[in-house]
Amino acid sequence: MHMETIVVSASPHIHSDRTSRKLMYDVVIALVPAFLVSLYLFGISAFIVTAVAIISCLFFEFVIQKYVLKTATTISDGSALLTGILLAFNLPSNIPVWMIIVGSLVAIGIAKLSFGGLGFNIFNPALVARVFLLVSFPVQMTSWPSPVVNNTSLADAVTGATPLGIVKEGLQYGETMTELSSKIPSLSELFLGISGGSIGEMSGLALLLGGIYLLVRRVISWHIPITMLLTIAVMTGIFWLVDPLHYADPLFHLFAGGAILGAFFMATDLVTSPVTRKGMVIFAVGIGAITVVIRLFGAYPEGVSFAILIMNALVPLINKYFKPRRFGEKIKFKMV
Amino acid sequence: MTESIIYSVVLLAVLGGLAAMVLYAVSKKFYVYENPLIAEVEALLPAANCAGCGSPGCKSFADKLVNTEDISALFCPVGGNEVMKSIAEKLGKVVAEKDPTVAVLRCQGSCDVRPKTSLFQGPKSCAISALIYSGETDCQYGCLGDGDCVTACKFDAMYMDESTELPVIITDKCTSCGACVTACPRNIIEMRPRNKRDLKIYVGCLNEDKGGIAKKSCELACIGCSKCIDVCTKGAITIENNLAYIDGLHCTLCRKCVEVCPTHSIVETNFPPRKEKKPEIKEATQESIKTEADA
Amino acid sequence: MLRTFRKGGIHPPDNKLTAGTAIKRLPVPGVVYVPIAQHIGIPSEIIVETKEKVTVGQVIARSGGFVSTNIHAPVAGTVTKLDKIVDSSGYKKQCIVIRTDGKDIANIEETIFPLKKEIALGPKEIISRIQDYGIVGLGGATFPSHVKLAGRPDTQLDYLIVNGVECEPYLTADHRLMLEKAEEIIVGIKIVMLALGINKAIVGIENNKKDAVALFKKLTENESGIQVAALQVKYPQGSEKQLISALLKREVPKNGLPPDVGVVVNNVGTLFAIYEAVQYDKPLTERVVTVTGKKIKNPANFWVKIGTPISDLINEVGGMPEGQYKLINGGPMMGKALKNADVPVTKGTSGILVISEEEALRKEVQNCIRCGECVYVCPMGLEPHLLMSLSEKALFDRALSEDILTCIECGSCSYVCPSNRPLLDYIRFGKLSAKKLEISKN
Repeated sequence: MHMETIVVSASPHIHSDRTSRKLMYDVVIALVPAFLVSLYLFGISAFIVTAVAIISCLFFEFVIQKYVLKTATTISDGSALLTGILLAFNLPSNIPVWMIIVGSLVAIGIAKLSFGGLGFNIFNPALVARVFLLVSFPVQMTSWPSPVVNNTSLADAVTGATPLGIVKEGLQYGETMTELSSKIPSLSELFLGISGGSIGEMSGLALLLGGIYLLVRRVISWHIPITMLLTIAVMTGIFWLVDPLHYADPLFHLFAGGAILGAFFMATDLVTSPVTRKGMVIFAVGIGAITVVIRLFGAYPEGVSFAILIMNALVPLINKYFKPRRFGEKIKFKMV
Repeated sequence: MTESIIYSVVLLAVLGGLAAMVLYAVSKKFYVYENPLIAEVEALLPAANCAGCGSPGCKSFADKLVNTEDISALFCPVGGNEVMKSIAEKLGKVVAEKDPTVAVLRCQGSCDVRPKTSLFQGPKSCAISALIYSGETDCQYGCLGDGDCVTACKFDAMYMDESTELPVIITDKCTSCGACVTACPRNIIEMRPRNKRDLKIYVGCLNEDKGGIAKKSCELACIGCSKCIDVCTKGAITIENNLAYIDGLHCTLCRKCVEVCPTHSIVETNFPPRKEKKPEIKEATQESIKTEADA
Repeated sequence: MLRTFRKGGIHPPDNKLTAGTAIKRLPVPGVVYVPIAQHIGIPSEIIVETKEKVTVGQVIARSGGFVSTNIHAPVAGTVTKLDKIVDSSGYKKQCIVIRTDGKDIANIEETIFPLKKEIALGPKEIISRIQDYGIVGLGGATFPSHVKLAGRPDTQLDYLIVNGVECEPYLTADHRLMLEKAEEIIVGIKIVMLALGINKAIVGIENNKKDAVALFKKLTENESGIQVAALQVKYPQGSEKQLISALLKREVPKNGLPPDVGVVVNNVGTLFAIYEAVQYDKPLTERVVTVTGKKIKNPANFWVKIGTPISDLINEVGGMPEGQYKLINGGPMMGKALKNADVPVTKGTSGILVISEEEALRKEVQNCIRCGECVYVCPMGLEPHLLMSLSEKALFDRALSEDILTCIECGSCSYVCPSNRPLLDYIRFGKLSAKKLEISKN
């Protein structure tokens, strides 16, 4: 290291305080309220799933970078940590530990490092792993544990379907929404988190708190989450207004399932979302629309993960066609 | 059950047959005629695709050779005179003969002789550093040490010496394609004539500052003192802007300039070591002339 | 609601350490090194010889063409040599070296010029005075002012915009000049309005200089043609195109110039120099320079003669701080880092900034995380991450179609990048190569 006293470089000579690491850790902090809620509801198993996911993600990133790719390791930049947490938040808390490890390998090894590492991946790594596990191990990935508080179960069975699952199945068998409303949690229960589902998608309130923290800290902009949630609300609202007996109301769709988790934490992943504000809006509309289509007409009860992955594939196209307006050019739709 | 197997096999066979017919018809209808000579000439070329000839690749150069009337201006530096002669025979055209050349780095400013006076922070690329500022030392003409030339070399003939922070050219592997010369933003690398046993004499400096200032920035700088011109019997050395230049075509490698250069700015490579001069100069004049002639 | 430009921009911390310090006069230096290339365009041609005696204000280098201007001796003394000296680009450039005559009265005493409001010259004479007296844009661009005021054919001008923005952190030269020479600057504004035949002017001042806003508003109360507008604090508002967009909501078209939208922009320092040239026959031989830095003992603003070595300025404020440092000619966003302190002050030197150890070194570069911050802050609507990629891969054709040549090199993109990527370094290189490609294509 040279110790010459005078340093020379090109301008600018000052830099803002924002670093990638700070952004990652801010997202981790924003996820803490949701984590606490799930600890309360699912007990120690929530902690175990999260810890295993984090440790295995960090482990795989270190091992693959050092011994397979033979490049410098980047585990301290916080992205593997974040991937681990988000992966855990998409899993049921009773999932076998070895499945979590397989999921981490897919998330880090396949979805992130084989594309070139941080910044080069096209698909959200945590969602790739979740979908992989869902397709490979459908039974374990869809038997959601019922929340247990103070050793008393809040439901009759030990495991069951999520509220969205109950609604989907019920409607398929010809039941109406009024009949189903006794089987699903009420809106306030969904809001607070007293229902079944994956570790992260429980409490709308906790997730919204985290989302507001991210908006205030300017880690994400409002364009993706608000547009996505609005799209879901509007589309399901139209169907519900037309036929309230066979379609659930929009607030149910917003708070049951992974819509809020997806809107604030998964769709807003910086690497896999568009770079311009215009592009982000189109992206979010697409996610919302595909989610609603899958939920209402598709085979799966929940569509957020698939919707986000499909729109991730379209992001390079969105970036190409939705360029920022150049200074001095009239506002018009610019095709490149 | 067997029905579906038969149907599948027949259907795929028919589709395959249709596709084959379509491909055949298209390949015949859209056939592009290419002069078979081009492929033959391409086979003679070294297939390096280095753009040293000026064309983007060997195939494109072969095309140019076949389709141009007068190819005396075209030359493949990697293949050299041999390859050009065989192409000339095949095409029945006349080619030029060029003396072989080799890339030479004309800067000796390593860390120990050219001290650093500032610390530069920025991308590790000579093109960008040269644009932004004049270098980490006081010599604004010397090598920047970021290795654009090494990256440009496709023949693995260059590497960066970590201790001196200067690039090294492996003359055996150098094909004179000229990529490093274009890559260097300061024109420090030059194509000089390749001599037998790879003997080289050149001025290892590009500093155009006045002598005193040049010497302060680098111990081995050329100070423009003209002592080399005085001893050169072939007139191969010229001085312009306080900097000497040895013309490789007129230099006979006698090494007289190397001896008199006060800053050791002139470099000689691959020469055998000189015989020691006897301490009594007066008596040994006859022997000295003989040993110099041997060298 | 204060006006500002709509697209992009950043908010670096102000650090206006010297905003409250009145401008002092730097003692006349013993030797001055006057470069012949102090302005955009053709360098001037030397017309003096060694051993020649010169007086203050004497022309020592003549204009080399239309886009060029004269250079005048800043001190009275003897020309000692015509030599190549390292200037702020890091490369050695031709300079005229003058040894100051310590006994000459012009170097010892400073003449005080009382305010003169009546303008005696007509438009043509004003412009020829500006041309002869070496006036260039003192905001930092150093474009010869008479060329700017000659306007463009087929354009109608309706506004003169006065740039009192000084958006770069740390610099306060324009701010102090506005506070101390406000009336003179207003006369300068009127001179230029007369020369161009315009009857409307707006003075744009950022709202972190509230005292200057108030002073100018008071002094222009009874001037019907001159308005004063306080602007939101945002970088790079001082850039011509952004300032016009902020004040008049007009956008200069791509590859265009301000006269295309009917506007001419002048810096307050330039207007003061024009005032002195037209009213007092005084050529451009000195300017205000801010010498500052967080670890500098006594940061201050000075009237400095052109050609003063920067080392003189540093000694005047208490010397260099300990440890590694960066010495910058200009502001922290667009200034040039210098290799040593022997570089002379030129017409374009608005400030000398010393950045100390903690902030001097760049941090480690990481992969681009596609966060889009650089796109969000670019005031010209470009995509810096893409332009850097294209420059790295030498795809200059595509860079041209991505409008790389419209980049104003403000540095906002590099400032915000969370991965510390050297965006502007590569974009500069890309601009140069793309320009070469464009020229070779035509």
